Amino acid sequence: MTAAVPVTVRSTTRGARAVGMLRATGPAGIASAIIIAVAIFMAIFGTWLAPFDPITPNLSLAWVGPTGAHLLGYDFEGRDVLSRLIVGARTSMLGPLAVVLGSMIAGALLAVAAAWRGGTLDAFISSGLDVLFAFPGILLAVLAAAVFGAGLTAAAIALSIAYMPYVARVLRGAALKERSQPYVAALEVQGASGPSICLRHLIPNIMPLIVAQATILFGYAMVDLAAISFLGLGVQPPEPNWGVMISENQVGIPQGYPLPALAACVCIVAVVIAFNVLGERLFEQAQAAPR
Amino acid sequence: MSDQAPAAAVTPAEATPGTPLLDVDGLTVRLPIEGIHRPVLRDVSFSLRQGEAFGLVGESGSGKSMTARAIDRLLPAGAQVKGSIRFDGNDVSALTGAGLRQYRGQAAMIFQDPRAHTNPVRRIGDFMTEALRTNLSVPAGQARARAVDMLTQVGIDDGERRLQQYPHQLSGGMLQRVMIAAALLTKPRLLLADEPTTALDVTTQAEVMAILDGLRREFGLTMLFITHDLELAAAICDRTAVMYAGQIVEIRRSSLLHDDPLHPYTAALAAARPDIAQTAHRLRAIPGRPLSAFEAPLDECAFAPRCPHAQDACLTAVPGLTETGGGLSRCVRTHELRGKLQVASDA
Amino acid sequence: MPETAVPGATTPGANGKAALAVSGLRKEFGPLVAVDGVSFAIPEAGSLAIVGESGSGKTTIARMIVGLERPTQGTITACGNDRSRPARSARDRRRRGREVQIVFQDPYTSLDPRQNAEATIDEVLRLHHGWPADRRRTRIAELTGLVGLDARQSRALPRALSGGQRQRVAIARALAAEPRVLILDESVAALDVSIQAQVLNLLADIRDETRVSFILISHDLAVVRQLTDEAIVLRRGQVVERGPTAHVLDDPQHPYTQRLRASVPRPGWKPRRGKLPAAGEEDPTP
Repeated sequence: MTAAVPVTVRSTTRGARAVGMLRATGPAGIASAIIIAVAIFMAIFGTWLAPFDPITPNLSLAWVGPTGAHLLGYDFEGRDVLSRLIVGARTSMLGPLAVVLGSMIAGALLAVAAAWRGGTLDAFISSGLDVLFAFPGILLAVLAAAVFGAGLTAAAIALSIAYMPYVARVLRGAALKERSQPYVAALEVQGASGPSICLRHLIPNIMPLIVAQATILFGYAMVDLAAISFLGLGVQPPEPNWGVMISENQVGIPQGYPLPALAACVCIVAVVIAFNVLGERLFEQAQAAPR
Repeated sequence: MSDQAPAAAVTPAEATPGTPLLDVDGLTVRLPIEGIHRPVLRDVSFSLRQGEAFGLVGESGSGKSMTARAIDRLLPAGAQVKGSIRFDGNDVSALTGAGLRQYRGQAAMIFQDPRAHTNPVRRIGDFMTEALRTNLSVPAGQARARAVDMLTQVGIDDGERRLQQYPHQLSGGMLQRVMIAAALLTKPRLLLADEPTTALDVTTQAEVMAILDGLRREFGLTMLFITHDLELAAAICDRTAVMYAGQIVEIRRSSLLHDDPLHPYTAALAAARPDIAQTAHRLRAIPGRPLSAFEAPLDECAFAPRCPHAQDACLTAVPGLTETGGGLSRCVRTHELRGKLQVASDA
Repeated sequence: MPETAVPGATTPGANGKAALAVSGLRKEFGPLVAVDGVSFAIPEAGSLAIVGESGSGKTTIARMIVGLERPTQGTITACGNDRSRPARSARDRRRRGREVQIVFQDPYTSLDPRQNAEATIDEVLRLHHGWPADRRRTRIAELTGLVGLDARQSRALPRALSGGQRQRVAIARALAAEPRVLILDESVAALDVSIQAQVLNLLADIRDETRVSFILISHDLAVVRQLTDEAIVLRRGQVVERGPTAHVLDDPQHPYTQRLRASVPRPGWKPRRGKLPAAGEEDPTP
C-alpha cells in the first residue's frame, strides 16, 4: 500500500526514451557521448575525410613537427599523423565492436538460458564459464595468434571468448531476478513458451543493463586490442591503427619526438574514458529505474 | 552517566498534569517530489494525553506514516516543515545530536516491516542493547540482562538463546516482538507504532496486539497507533483520528466511531469493508481513488468529489475542524449530517 | 452450488461436472511437507475459498494447479482434463491456459513494466486465437470495459497506474484467455480498503456475467465471506475444516478455525494472548 506518486506520463517512443536516458547521465555523460560520436563518425567516414595519404611513406619528412595543415606533424615514416589517426579510427573502433558484439550475444544467450531453465543446465553453464574465467584475454589472444597467425580477426575472437564469462555472470543475476517476477509466471500460466517469454519480455527488461555492460566492455576491449596490436599480434602495418601507432612511434619519444605516439595514446585514452564514463552512468540508471 | 545534554534537550521529568505529552499543532510538511516541493501533510493538529492510546487511520497517501516520521524527526532530506511538534512541552525540531538521540529513546518507533529495519549481519543481542549501551551508558552485562527480561515480557522465554541469533532465524511475528522489546528497553514514554501488525498473519497480529496493549497499560505508555484498519484502531485505541489527503478529517472516541461517525469519509470507509458476519449483494464502494495531499486541490474539500453528501458549499473552501458531540470533524455539513452517517446494513 | 449443507463436511470430487477437482494432493520440498493430502472440488460457476495463514500451503496449492509447481503425489483435473504432470506440448500448455488462470497478489510486479494494458491483453489473445487485428481490438475494448479501465488507463504503462488499476489489468489479462476457473491469490490484499471494495464488486460482476468459477486464496475472513460459497481451512498443509463459507465462519468446529475467527478485529474486540502458538510464529527451518 504505497502512496501514489504523480508520475508524469512521458512520451514512450524509443527515441524520446533514449534521449531522456542520455540527458539523465549529466554533463560528463553527454561529453562522453559526444567524444564517442566523433570517434564513430571518423571510423565510418575517415577514409574520405583524411586530408593527406596515411599509407605512403616519405622518409625525408620523418619526425617533422606540426606545420601548416599538418596539425600533428609527421610520424616515423614521414606520414601525416592526423590523417593516420583519422583513418585509424576504423580498425581501432571496429575491433572492440566485434569483441563486444560477440561476447554480449554469446554471454546473454547463455545467461538467459541458464536463468530460465535453472537446475542442471544452470550448473553446467556456470561451471563452464568458471573455467573460461581462468583465461586472461591477452593470453588467449597471444595463443590465438600463435595458432592462427597474427591479425585482427583471431584477436577479436579470442577476446570475445575471454569476455563472455563476465557478461554472463552479470546478466545471469539480472535474468534470475526477472525470471522470479510474477509477470513471468503469469505468462507461463497463459501457456507462452520459454523462448518467447525470454525474447519478448525477459531480455527487453534487462536491456538497460545490457547496454550499460556493452558500453563499459567496449572500453576494456579497446585497451586490450590496442595492447595486442602494440605487441604486433593484431592489426598489421602499414594499416593505420592507434595501438600500432604507439608501437611504431615509441622510438621517437627518447629522441625528442613524442607527438605521434602521444597523439595515438590520447585518442585511445579519450575514447576509453568516454565509454567507461557513459557506461557507468547508464549502469546507474539501469539499477535505479522505477518499475 | 551520559553527558548532560544542553538546554534544548528533552528532560524526562514528570509531566506537569494537564500538559499533553505530545502536542502537534498546524503541522504542514512539503517534500521534493520530482524536483518540486509538494505538500504531504496539511495543517495536522492533535494532542495526546499521558497514558492514552491514539489511533491514526487512513489509506494510501493519507499522510499517516508521514505524521509519525515527522514526530520522530525521520523525514527525508529536503523536507520543509511548518507548525510545531512539542514533546512534554519542548519543541522537537530544535533538538540535535545527543538531545535528539535521547528524544528518540523517549519517543520510540516500531515499524511495519521488521526485516527492513534490522541489520541482517548483526545479532539480536547487539542490536537490542545498542541504545542502552551507547546513549545511556549501561554496562553490557546489565544491558543484556534487561534485554532478556524484556523478551520474557513479550512472550519470548528463551531470551538468552535468542540474543545470540540473527534476524533471519526468527519468523516475522517473533522479530516484531523483538522490535517491540527493543523499543521498550529505553523506557520510552511515547510509542509510535507504524502499522506494526500489517505484515503479520491475523492470529499473530492478535498476539502482538495483545502484547502491545498489555505492556502499554503496565508501563503507562502513551501510544500513537497507525493503521489502515479502522476496526483494529477502534478496538485498542481510546481515541482515533481519520486522515485523508494529508489532513485530519475526524477525531473521535473510538467506541463511537462505528456507530456515530462524524465525517462522510469515515462512514464510507467503514461501509466499504466487507462484513465477516454476513454477505452483502454488493459492497458500498467509494467511487474514485484515495488522493494524496499533493493531488488534492487547495481551495475545496479534498473528499468532495467522492462524497455522496457533497454540496456547492463544499467546493468553495477547505473546511475547518468543527467540534461536535465530543469529537472533531472537517466537514461543513457536520451538524446536519449528524446521526445520518452510520453504516446502514444493506438489504 | 453446494450439494450438502452439513457444517464441516462437503464431499470432495464427487460431481463429474466439476470445473476443477483436486485429490490427495501432496507436495514435499525436501524434508518439508508443504501440502499434505488435500482434496476439494468446485462445480461450474462455483466459488471456493482456501483460508490459511503463512505456512499453510495455500499458495503452493495454487501454484500446483496452474502448473508452476509439480505435485509430489495426487491428481488435479480441470474441465475433465488431467493436469497432474507438466504439459508435454506447446498446444497442451496453451489449452491449460484456457482452463485455469490466476491473478497474483502484488500489483506492482505482476505486469511487464514495458507493456501497457492493450499490449498485454493483445499478447494473450494472439497466443490463444488466430484472430485478425480488428477483432482483437474489439475484444480488448470489451475486456478493458469489463474491468472498468478507461482509454487513457488502457494505454498507460503500469508505472502510471495505481495498485487497483494494475490489478484490473491483471484481471483483464487473465480473462482474455476465457478460463473456466480463475484463481485469485490474495489478489485484493495489497489494495486500499476503498479500492478493495471496488475490485470485489467487479469480481462479483464478472462471476455473474461469465459464469467462471473462483478459487479465492485469502487470510482475510471478511473478504472470503463476501466472495465465496464454500471454504476450506488449511493449517500446515492439511485441511482442518471445510463447508459452506457462512457455516465455517459463523460456527467453526475446529479449534484453529475458532482461533482464526476470534482473531479478527471488530467493534468490542479485545485481543487476548492465546495458548496455541500463532501460525508463522515457529522458527523458519534452519
